[in-house]
Amino acid sequence: MLRYALLRILGAIPTLLLVIALAFLMVHAAPGGPFDAERVLPPEIEANVARAYHLDESLAQQFVRYLSGLVRGDLGPSYRYRDYSVADLIGRALPVTLQLGLLAMSLAVVVGIAAGLTAALSKNSYVDRFVTGVAMTGISVPVFVIAPVMVLIFAVYLDWLPASWTGGSGVSRLVLPGVALALPQIAYIARLTRASMIAVLSSDYVRTARAQGLRTRSIVRYHALKPAMLPLLSYLGPAIAGILTGSVVIEEVFGIPGVGQFFIRGALNRDYTLVMGIVIFYATLVILLNLVVDLLYGILDPRIRGR
Amino acid sequence: MSYLAAIKPIVRKSRENRTIVVSLSILLLIGLLALIGPWLSPHHYASTDFEHSFVGPFAGDWHLFGTDDLGRDLFVRTMLGVKVTLFVAIIASVVSLGIGVAYGAIAGYVGGNVDAVMMRIVDALYALPFIFFVILLMVVFERNFLLIFVAIGAINWLDMARIVRGQTLSLKQREFVDAARLIGVSGRGIIFRHITPNLFGVVVVYMTLTIPQAILVESLLSFLGLGVQEPQTSLGALVNGGVGNMERAPWLLLMPAIVLALILLCFNFLGDGLRDAVDPKKKT
Amino acid sequence: MNLEFPRIKARVTRRLSLLICAAMLVAACGSGDDRARESVLNRGIGAEPESLDTHKSRTNQAGDVQRDLGEGLTAYAADGELVLAAAERYEISEDGRQYTFWLRPEGRWSNGDRVTAADFVYSFRRLVKPQTAAFYAEQSLGDVVNAVEIIAGKKAVEDLGVEAIDDLRLRITLKYPVPYFLALLTHPSTFPMHRPSVELHGDAHARPGKLVSNGAYKLQAWEVGSYIEIVRNEYYRLNEQTSIDRVRHHFTPEDTVELNRYRAGELDITFSVPSESFDQMKKERPDELRVSPFLAVYYYGFNLTRAPFKGNPKLRQSLSMAIDRETLTRNVTGRGEAPAYGWVPPGTNNYEPRQFLYADMTKAARHAKARELYREAGYSEEHPLRVEIRYNTAESHRRIALAVQSMWRDVLGVESTLINEEAQVLLQNIRMRQVTQVFRLSWTGDYNDAHTFLSVMESDNPSNLTGYSNPEYDLLMDKAATRSDPELRQVYLEEAEKLLLSEHPVIPLYFYVNKSMVSPRVRGWGDNVLNYHYSQHLSLSDSD
Repeated sequence: MLRYALLRILGAIPTLLLVIALAFLMVHAAPGGPFDAERVLPPEIEANVARAYHLDESLAQQFVRYLSGLVRGDLGPSYRYRDYSVADLIGRALPVTLQLGLLAMSLAVVVGIAAGLTAALSKNSYVDRFVTGVAMTGISVPVFVIAPVMVLIFAVYLDWLPASWTGGSGVSRLVLPGVALALPQIAYIARLTRASMIAVLSSDYVRTARAQGLRTRSIVRYHALKPAMLPLLSYLGPAIAGILTGSVVIEEVFGIPGVGQFFIRGALNRDYTLVMGIVIFYATLVILLNLVVDLLYGILDPRIRGR
Repeated sequence: MSYLAAIKPIVRKSRENRTIVVSLSILLLIGLLALIGPWLSPHHYASTDFEHSFVGPFAGDWHLFGTDDLGRDLFVRTMLGVKVTLFVAIIASVVSLGIGVAYGAIAGYVGGNVDAVMMRIVDALYALPFIFFVILLMVVFERNFLLIFVAIGAINWLDMARIVRGQTLSLKQREFVDAARLIGVSGRGIIFRHITPNLFGVVVVYMTLTIPQAILVESLLSFLGLGVQEPQTSLGALVNGGVGNMERAPWLLLMPAIVLALILLCFNFLGDGLRDAVDPKKKT
Repeated sequence: MNLEFPRIKARVTRRLSLLICAAMLVAACGSGDDRARESVLNRGIGAEPESLDTHKSRTNQAGDVQRDLGEGLTAYAADGELVLAAAERYEISEDGRQYTFWLRPEGRWSNGDRVTAADFVYSFRRLVKPQTAAFYAEQSLGDVVNAVEIIAGKKAVEDLGVEAIDDLRLRITLKYPVPYFLALLTHPSTFPMHRPSVELHGDAHARPGKLVSNGAYKLQAWEVGSYIEIVRNEYYRLNEQTSIDRVRHHFTPEDTVELNRYRAGELDITFSVPSESFDQMKKERPDELRVSPFLAVYYYGFNLTRAPFKGNPKLRQSLSMAIDRETLTRNVTGRGEAPAYGWVPPGTNNYEPRQFLYADMTKAARHAKARELYREAGYSEEHPLRVEIRYNTAESHRRIALAVQSMWRDVLGVESTLINEEAQVLLQNIRMRQVTQVFRLSWTGDYNDAHTFLSVMESDNPSNLTGYSNPEYDLLMDKAATRSDPELRQVYLEEAEKLLLSEHPVIPLYFYVNKSMVSPRVRGWGDNVLNYHYSQHLSLSDSD
């Protein structure tokens, strides 16, 4: 197992290098520089600024400079937030995104599984139809439609919850964005749980158990639950990616100072180092999380444990 | 086996499935309306009328869905949005399909080390934060309509490649492939003349599931202001514009949002139904 | 020679009497109780400032916070009147080139140190030092002796025409008389700097816990992506007059989100009001909606270096005339903006703005004339002008571009294509002058003087993005710059604008307005053309 994990981590290094090179080329290929503005700088000041940030060097020199910084763990200074380094910014934004992501993820898993199981156990009933329908709608309606409508209802009209991040504190300000972010994932997980539970319940060994007179409840708990959860585990990777993507929109709508918002601002402002830093950071995160999911899968599924 | 023969059983089964029939009918209806609707309306999608901005739905002068902030007819614009959105989504799906099928079929058919390497590359690409690259792509290449298709297609081909590879692996064991090999058909011939037609059913099903994903990505890009150029529009762009006006003129959000949700719902139901029709074992 | 700002002294004495009244009031009430209840102001400031280092920032947002934290030699009162701040007195030499300032002896840094003339000298030298790479170096000090040479790395910083005569006396020498120089000194880049802390912390000196400032407030916290919090500076010379103890400057890049936050009671002041909600706010909360003229112009520029607009003033004029600015400001922008028939906004000090000659014509006559010019330029219904309009991605720009497109189509039959690009891309394209034809831009005045607008169109100004170049215009501007007689200077500036408008290198569309929601509990808000609202001038009523 340990050897497998190490091999996987080593195997991820080329991926990371590819990410870094791609991101570097793309940000520098984008037209316009980080310091362009409608108020155009006098040429001598433009030259001073370029020199201060090594933008007067060739692209290859800049890439080597960046890589050598990266090896030392230095993501460089931010061009937009001139008092901060990229590491500072990610360090500040990450806890916020993590809080939001974890809340959404746990909401999605708990509510999604509960709804999916309920539907599966009463297959073709009205409850099942209701869950299936709501889940389908949850998948279909984009999050940027749901989120503003929720703000309008719960923050502006009803005044139950804060409209934005800074308007509240603690859990209250996490509720609306967390729920909005979780909704599509709840829908996916509910559908997945329902389908996989139904499949397991109609499998031979469950039928055998049933023939032996076991009650549905104990069949579900002792025989069906674990195998039914396996497809869910492999969905966790895509789910995490989905939540990362969704958080870009959610952070924009609710004004949450998370990593996604920094990325968009960084891309629009040509904050080269900030964009690179976030891309590298996210790629690393996704690689590690996928590895964790794989290892978990190995632990839970005896069939592939020997690998 | 021809491509046509491959979908015959699907068509037969689909006729019996109510979900498929209903969602396909709604989709066709919306598509038809998008094509002929603008002909029936007296308004043009780009003509502004500053004296009649924010007219409510059904409120005279044939503004079925009302008008927007510049007095443009929302019905005609929504229909244009449907056309553009479906076009983007279908092209994107075809791109992802082309890459995914070729990649997956080759990996699955050749097998061995080639397969291992090719699938490792897919795994590696899965780790790329694609949405970030799409945003960067849009920034680099400005607003290039064609590029939106390619970018979205480039996101979605990975799933397709995995599915096709799996199918190919099992098809490879079948007798007709052995027979073809015995009579001397080349590897390329087997892949494209014998294996891919048999994949057709699965591919069609997954394409109906890829389209709503592509629609979502397109509307996300529109939400971030990286979509099509005015006065052209897409459903995502219309919804995004409606969000800003949702208090003063809720129909600007609701009308395109309902149409968008309806299209996505129908595609998802259609995909579900077709999957059941193709693979009865997975019936849920 | 103190012709420009005769009211400064009067304001100061009024302030002094206010101070005495306030002191008496505090004494009468007994200060124990109100001290206990801290007053906190939450204001939206738009985008997040890029830095609080006054030499590294350039956005208005950074300036808004910096003006609360620091204090230059001069500043603005709540109504926009120029007043003395860190200086208590000044003298200008006969030739108008030498300024001597007497600093207030009670000036203190937020750590208790005295503010001295050396702090100003240190700051000014750091500002022009090439390694600092300050955006505003030339804008603020370009007129000071040797500044441009130092910025270009050709002279040492010690050569800068700024010296500390003693602890409290500062002398600045200019290359030529600059009538608006006192106004330039309100800019945060000219604030003094606390040398020991800058040298100790280096690039990080402007962060919370490190920044030492000399204004009414000091930096408490900066939650990146969310807000900057500042608290009362106990050492500030007018601390007794500062009413609000704590101010949070919230970052509100989206105006619709900002308005929701205001309505949810999270903000007391907004940075803007979205045009979608403007009418609703006007109806529902007329007393909270504050709209006033702003020194900024929104315009469309022509690429004058290429066909079809190069050497084609008739075509440019016809396009300019075909735009119905009244409809545009009433139905499209709709927030009380003034239609622009000239380049310099109304409300500019000591200036009488010029207008297009056609400004007085009726709409029908204007359109007829526009069509005539269009034909004379060689275009017709069969041979329509095909043109691309470029604008940077934003809801307001999109609406205006669509309106202009339909007006050009309806009046002249022009076939235009809209291209929205991201701001950085658009700027790059405009500067290359290859692919652009018509493009959206705006210009915001840095100080209240016509020069800040008219100088943009000088041949060698880097912000002149149309490629307009007219030696006659440059000559008029040069004459105005070197004239110390204010009336003669005004004549030259007005002549320059008249010439500019006759050549149509740009289409001014409208003059901006400031629009903010201000909660009824906020007192002391003054509308002014620069949209500066120092927190130290505001107070909160205790009614709710």
